[in-house]
Amino acid sequence: MSPRTATRPAPVRAVPKSPTGIQGLDEITGGGLPRGRPTLICGGPGCGKTILSMEFLMNGARRFGEPGVFMSFEETVEDLTLNFASLGFDPRPLAARKLLALDYVRVESHEIEETGSYDLEGLFIRLGHAIDTIGAKRVVLDTIETLFCGLSDTRVLRAELRRLFTWLRTRGVTAIVTGERGEGGMTRHGLEEYITDCVILLDHRVVEQNATRRLRVVKYRGSTHGDNESPFFIDDTGISVLPITSLGLNQRASAGRVSTGVPDLDAMMGGKGYCRGSSILVSGSAGTGKTSLAGYFAEAACRRGERSLYFAFEESAAQIGRNLRSIGVTLGPFLRTGLLRIHAARPTTSGLGGHLLGMHRLIEELRPRVVVVDPISNLMSVGTTIEVKAMLARLIDFLKGKQMTALFTSLTTDEGRTEGTDVGISSFMDSWLVLRNLEVNGERTRTLDVRKSRGMAHSNQVREFVLTGCGLRLLGVVRHQGRVLVGSERSAHAGEGPIGARRRTARGGRR
Amino acid sequence: MSAKPARTSRTPRKTEEFFDLRLYVAGQTTRSLAALANLKRICEEHLEGRYRIEVIDLLKHPQLARGDQILALPTLVRKLPQPIRKLVGDLSDTERALVGLDLRRRSPRAS
Repeated sequence: MSPRTATRPAPVRAVPKSPTGIQGLDEITGGGLPRGRPTLICGGPGCGKTILSMEFLMNGARRFGEPGVFMSFEETVEDLTLNFASLGFDPRPLAARKLLALDYVRVESHEIEETGSYDLEGLFIRLGHAIDTIGAKRVVLDTIETLFCGLSDTRVLRAELRRLFTWLRTRGVTAIVTGERGEGGMTRHGLEEYITDCVILLDHRVVEQNATRRLRVVKYRGSTHGDNESPFFIDDTGISVLPITSLGLNQRASAGRVSTGVPDLDAMMGGKGYCRGSSILVSGSAGTGKTSLAGYFAEAACRRGERSLYFAFEESAAQIGRNLRSIGVTLGPFLRTGLLRIHAARPTTSGLGGHLLGMHRLIEELRPRVVVVDPISNLMSVGTTIEVKAMLARLIDFLKGKQMTALFTSLTTDEGRTEGTDVGISSFMDSWLVLRNLEVNGERTRTLDVRKSRGMAHSNQVREFVLTGCGLRLLGVVRHQGRVLVGSERSAHAGEGPIGARRRTARGGRR
Repeated sequence: MSAKPARTSRTPRKTEEFFDLRLYVAGQTTRSLAALANLKRICEEHLEGRYRIEVIDLLKHPQLARGDQILALPTLVRKLPQPIRKLVGDLSDTERALVGLDLRRRSPRAS
């Protein structure tokens, strides 16, 4: 070894982190909150600080073996318990098992007369006792700024808060301190002065008539973090944060394949169809056959006995059934047995969060092996592009985690150009099929090509196809003088003889 | 005067009433000793023996902090007469202490 190695500085160890268990948040923070340090979570009323803190504690107790103390300065233990139970987390069983301690600290200014010098040692003793009783590794103080309303000596309060945060560190607990959003600074009483390791801002605003929640990691000392705003939702499973950029890419890759429902298309896709557990995007302008492909896929799954869930955001279940019947796809029997479920809703009926919630719930309830979302492009109308992408990323991640194969259709508006609006979405997908209705030589010709498909060798040909009463058929490729022929030119060269001639004269509309 | 909730009677307590007082401290510090000394003095001057002082050391009994919602130390809790009053601090400000205990002035008033 050269002598230079002796002078090389020691590698900087990453800040150890305490996982929150909150979907998306651990990704944004690179593993969770800083272990053994206080994190400040601030935001306006109703923005979700208390829920986030409680979820941090409950996950700590349930999943990571870290008991926690929730010290509330605003709600009584009874109110807290009721609120959380209504959200689907009941803290009582954990409290009974001594994995969680709830304490309410009442600070009422009219009850208190200040008669001389004092400190907040009582708070320390209470908190210390609660921590010791259950061996807590996590602590929440919600909202400690209430102390400023009850006690008037701000000098003492500030000094004691400073002391408290240092004390929490010596106790080695990972703490969340919540603060109300202030006018000037980040919090009303400037807590951000004392808590400098990690600061997370929650926001709740109305954008184009939709209530949206955003989370942002403003500061995280010693760690890189996603510092964009991420949308998040609160439902009865808790908080879900949707990081817009990267997602954890650690799902198992299945080796299985599932049929597309169209034998010719299976042939184009490595001979076997889609990869199981993958995400497939079928995009095209109006009338190009997206719902048809989705229908074939669902039908094939049902024929294999696999439960399928079809989310329809444009047409009713009856309409879809009727349209698919005309191309030979019969879903009726499967609907009757319940193997297939079509869930139709207008995107505008609820906010993006509501849709996500509904989809997750139905997926959890029915546990399908195959999911169709037809179309996903409609949901653009209820959220900003950022939110839809985030929602999509989250959904795909969720489905992959459960090894569900998902097909998404998307309406593109202009066929002449490359399908620009899809590029963002297509990057999330494993496979991308593009359907087009080209005008060639005065005729409309349907084409399909596999724009991309990860994990398999796929055809790069743009194939002409027809939708008949018996199904979708890809037409054989006919070349002439170096060109691929389509339409009647093709049928003429393919030598389809009298049939071709008859078809040519009877041309007009679909063959 | 700091805001207080409206009460039917702002008159000082009848001195026949018995005062049950609890002084919460954290060990023997200058402050806690001062508080005890001040408290004894106030009681002797204004309560004429109708009082009982109990000193609770939270360092020895931390679990007792919850019951009376103790945050700051030292804190004096007047359990009786009702309603419960809380006095925070070492009681060096006698005026405030008397107000807090509803003993604003020594009252010779008969019932």
